[in-house]
Amino acid sequence: MKFARIEEAFFKALMAVATMVILATLVLILGAVLVKGLPAMNLAMVTQTPKGGFYLGKEGGILNAIVGSLYVTGGATLIAFVVALPIVLFLNAYARKGSRFVELTRFSFDVLWGVPSIVYGAFGFAVMLFLGLRASLLGGIIAVAFLMLPIMARAMDEVVRMVPKELLDASYSVGATRLETARKVLARQALPGILTAVLIAFGRGIGDAASVMFTAGFTDSLPHSLFGPAATLPLAIFFQLGTPVPEVQERAYASALVLTVIILITSVVARLIGRRVARHTVG
Amino acid sequence: MQASRLWMDRTARRAMLALAVVPSALVVAMVLGLWLRSRPILDATSLGDVLLSSSWRPLSGEFGFYPFIMGTLWVTCIAVALAVPPCILAAIYLSEYAGRALREWAKPLIDLLAGIPSVVFGMCGVLVVVPLIKNRVAPLFGTFSTGYTALAAGIVLAAMIAPVIVHVCLEVFRTVPREARDGALAVGATKWQTVKHVVMRKAMPGVIAASVLGLSRAFGETMAVLMVAGNVARAPSSLLDPAYPLPALIANNYGEMMSIPLYDSALLLAALVLLVVVLVFNVASRAVLVRIERGIAR
Repeated sequence: MKFARIEEAFFKALMAVATMVILATLVLILGAVLVKGLPAMNLAMVTQTPKGGFYLGKEGGILNAIVGSLYVTGGATLIAFVVALPIVLFLNAYARKGSRFVELTRFSFDVLWGVPSIVYGAFGFAVMLFLGLRASLLGGIIAVAFLMLPIMARAMDEVVRMVPKELLDASYSVGATRLETARKVLARQALPGILTAVLIAFGRGIGDAASVMFTAGFTDSLPHSLFGPAATLPLAIFFQLGTPVPEVQERAYASALVLTVIILITSVVARLIGRRVARHTVG
Repeated sequence: MQASRLWMDRTARRAMLALAVVPSALVVAMVLGLWLRSRPILDATSLGDVLLSSSWRPLSGEFGFYPFIMGTLWVTCIAVALAVPPCILAAIYLSEYAGRALREWAKPLIDLLAGIPSVVFGMCGVLVVVPLIKNRVAPLFGTFSTGYTALAAGIVLAAMIAPVIVHVCLEVFRTVPREARDGALAVGATKWQTVKHVVMRKAMPGVIAASVLGLSRAFGETMAVLMVAGNVARAPSSLLDPAYPLPALIANNYGEMMSIPLYDSALLLAALVLLVVVLVFNVASRAVLVRIERGIAR
């Protein structure tokens, strides 16, 4: 009996330590980004494109990468949304519940969700070769859209599935077609959750470097055409950190701060909207 | 009016059905596309030779993946060994012991960790982990190291996959019915005994599936590893050797791959190998998790 109590105390302590270690890692990472990034931050970083000699420590900023990242991820979000939303509505309004097809589609999304982003990059690159595209904004959008599609679809599916079945039945019983029900009941009821899903996927997409490495290219100027290369924030961090010049490495820290702030804001907003949904459906 | 509404409905149905094939088709297209692009290298050498040869000389047309595969395995194993035990413990703590307040704070925090981009993880690895290994760990063993090692990559990856493992474990523990716990407690078991004999036993398949998901994450992760692993094309023989995992190989050479014959084919074959391994891991663990989830729905 006594042994049992000691064992319990031992494991409880061990578990508490493990939890603290994992939470501390998060704090440590955010802390490192802040401590290193804040001193290197200045207005020029976010309002200027790189001037000549930027990578040797001369003047300029990373506006090209910020705008490029927003373009690439914005475009990819749009494509992923246009593909994901109808699929999710189809799964929940048209398809027979629990049918093979529905299961297979959900399973495919799960599997896609686990595919490494470098593979999306390589596949995106293979598609670009097939289409005769060079490293460009469009190429980046295609690769990131592949990456975001499963994340967005799974997150949307979760919320659309939550819409009470009675609501659908009520809609059908007054003579609405499935399309009308999907659009006016399912999509409207789940709207905040759908927004959350879009934001979650956006956050994932904007932080990913491996998928845009082959596909979007890199440039010091603002992206001006779908077929020209576009800079992205994660790659800007990677390249700046890779230079031997200390001033440029400092800029990598500042760039990481910018990227992390964008992602944290997206994630917190997504969570706030999501919480509001939960309140509505439960209450 | 009525007819056009029905027509709309039927058209939408067809369009949506067509779109719903996309995810499954995409999986197939990726395997097929990468396979087609890596055919040239497979025509030149056999798959066994590419995977097991250790000579990597792209300029003379020798593409041996052995050092990179070993690098991937080392780094993945270190990451899993470091991440899985604390993650399971933390998940048990959060689901069984922790108070409501801690749980409600910890879960979003851990999910937040999952959203931090891998470049930032890599940067923190360069800032914190690499110097630590160079200045503290290596002298401990009486060796010199630049710090850019398999160990550094393993540590960074462990931090990256931890949120995934904790998250999935928490979901799995949630599916263990309350009655199972109450039953054990009612016959006089302590909380820990209940956890050990009832909760863990029920959740075991799910916990293993969660670990495999983490493993496949670590297996394919690119940027963080690329930044801290050292990238020397030799199979590591200790924790303090540099490693050069497959994803880092792909990412590092995309610039020159079009100018050397068969190089792009070799790199896309590397991507195919990654994809296939990850698919196998994912399909297996998802199948387990889907079955568990269906268990609670019933």
